[in-house]
Amino acid sequence: MADVITYREAVSEGIAREMRRDPSVVCLGEDIGAAGGVFKTTAGLFAEFGPDRIKDTPISEQAIVGMAMGAAMTGVRPVAEIMFSDFLACCWDYLANEIPKMRYMTGGQVKVPLVVRTANGGGLGFGAQHSQSVENWALAVPGLKVVAPATPADVIGLLAAAIRSDDPVLFFEHKGLFASKGETAPDGHLVPLGQAAVARAGSDVTIVALASTVPLALAAADELAEGGVAAEVVDLRCLVPLDMATVLASVGKTSRLLIVEENPYQGGWGGTVASVVADEGFELLDAPIRRVAAECVPLPFADVLEDQVIPTTAKVVAALRSLLAY
Amino acid sequence: MAVDIGARDLLGLYEQMSVIRGTERAAHDLFLAGLVKGTTHLAAGHEAVAVGASFALRPDDYVFATYRGHHHAMARGATPAECLAELMSKRTGVCKAKGGSMHLTKASAGMLGSYAIVGAHLPMAAGAAWSAKLRGSGQVAVAFFGDGATNIGALHEALNLAAVWALPVLFICENNLYMEYTPIGSVTAVAHPAADRAPAYLLPAEVIDGNDVAVVADAVRRAAARARDGGGPTVLEALTYRQFGHSRTDPATYRPAGELESWLARDPLELARQRLADHGVPQADIAAADARAAQVVAEAVAAAKAADPPDPADALTDVWADGGSAWRT
Repeated sequence: MADVITYREAVSEGIAREMRRDPSVVCLGEDIGAAGGVFKTTAGLFAEFGPDRIKDTPISEQAIVGMAMGAAMTGVRPVAEIMFSDFLACCWDYLANEIPKMRYMTGGQVKVPLVVRTANGGGLGFGAQHSQSVENWALAVPGLKVVAPATPADVIGLLAAAIRSDDPVLFFEHKGLFASKGETAPDGHLVPLGQAAVARAGSDVTIVALASTVPLALAAADELAEGGVAAEVVDLRCLVPLDMATVLASVGKTSRLLIVEENPYQGGWGGTVASVVADEGFELLDAPIRRVAAECVPLPFADVLEDQVIPTTAKVVAALRSLLAY
Repeated sequence: MAVDIGARDLLGLYEQMSVIRGTERAAHDLFLAGLVKGTTHLAAGHEAVAVGASFALRPDDYVFATYRGHHHAMARGATPAECLAELMSKRTGVCKAKGGSMHLTKASAGMLGSYAIVGAHLPMAAGAAWSAKLRGSGQVAVAFFGDGATNIGALHEALNLAAVWALPVLFICENNLYMEYTPIGSVTAVAHPAADRAPAYLLPAEVIDGNDVAVVADAVRRAAARARDGGGPTVLEALTYRQFGHSRTDPATYRPAGELESWLARDPLELARQRLADHGVPQADIAAADARAAQVVAEAVAAAKAADPPDPADALTDVWADGGSAWRT
């Protein structure tokens, strides 16, 4: 029987595997050293790799990501941690203006092989400045690869691909998934960037999900299965590259598409998925494309309010029933 | 101050400055002729900072510059022809005409970019210095920045962390008195916008004559040696003056009467000529250096004018490591 680990443990395991393999991999961020990270996602790394390769920084997001960039341009592979994805706004210049443009605006002279990891998403009652799902911010920037795993094995496999990539990668770890468990990954496990996974096969409706919405989609699919409906769940795993081939193939089978995303409906990634399907898969569809996304309000604090704003299994089930009845 | 560069080296530095000055004038003229689009931020007047620093650095050291960075690109080895071709949107441009005036980069010469978001590159230089330290390469990294960058947070984050990690990085401010159109002194709490901030991070700092190539070379050589020896970062504030306006749309009418003239009297090329004369270098040798520089610039202008425009298909290359720009399957 395979070993089971948590999503949280998979983060440090994935980083450690790459650091053992490649001495040029280093980590920097706030509290990531002896403290092991505020989410304990770097636990054990300081003890194994020491203070030269696991660097605690001050609360200086521009220095963290800006220095990671300079190091990446000069022969090191940094893995920078921004504690909460909301704080990406404090260093957004680097992620919007500097890192993703460097290769292009130098005519291909410079590469920036780095990973910025960050804890994303809501559901834990952290309020409006520590709960946002901001993967759609990253999607709006040409030149960034955007990864958001849903399972521990994918955390390990996608970290391997991200750290080895010569392109800059923004790696979203979902706070609501840290305690979730799954099979660990075998040695050498690598999940190529831009390959979606069919998390559950089905023929009646396609649910496209990412990170936290994958378990929501699977739970909803289970509920509908009791009524004889076979839903297919596609876990995108990455937003850039976006595996539209897998989505279109699934829609070709089911003719119905529901997209479940935690970022706001307005400007959310589901709009891009829907746009491509409408453009290239219109004749595959027997019903309108539907989206379950966050409401366009700041994330509220109280559970009862937060549930109103972000996707829940109940909302996914309701949307599926409506779509199947069309 | 002990500043001593031999006559032969000094003449070489003079000729480099003469090439840069000629190229900047050519860029100005080509802009007025409609052959350079967008904008340019000319560095005429700043040549001694780039040339003096480059002379004091190793070829494998790293340089990060600003959107006013033509002089740094050329001082590190970008040719006037490839710089002008970049400004003129030609495929032979140093960045294949994808970057433009504000982003001249010559990575193969350690010139790792010109950055147009003020102050953003200071943490990058610190990061390159961290990388050098991790690799034990003995390289130093240098961030050149304007006085305007001294009031942005990235500078302070970089100075602090570079100090804490004792990184081999030099922070060199080209203080030309103006933050775009506004006198830096009118918006800054300290008299020396860079040097006066260094003590807050327990970093050594010097205010130097940025128009004297020998003074710059000497200060950078000492700071680089300290950095390579594990002594950490240094802040240098080089006092200089831009002889054109901030950018192409700025006639610089905000300058008080007589200010430009007083700085022109201390033009970096004029100061170098005086030093050469003090070394006993014949006027004819100086004139010959100017003539060679003028020839280089003239040939660069001709080559850039003759070069082809970019292939339109190249708009969709160089985003990813695979050379392409695909974002989906």
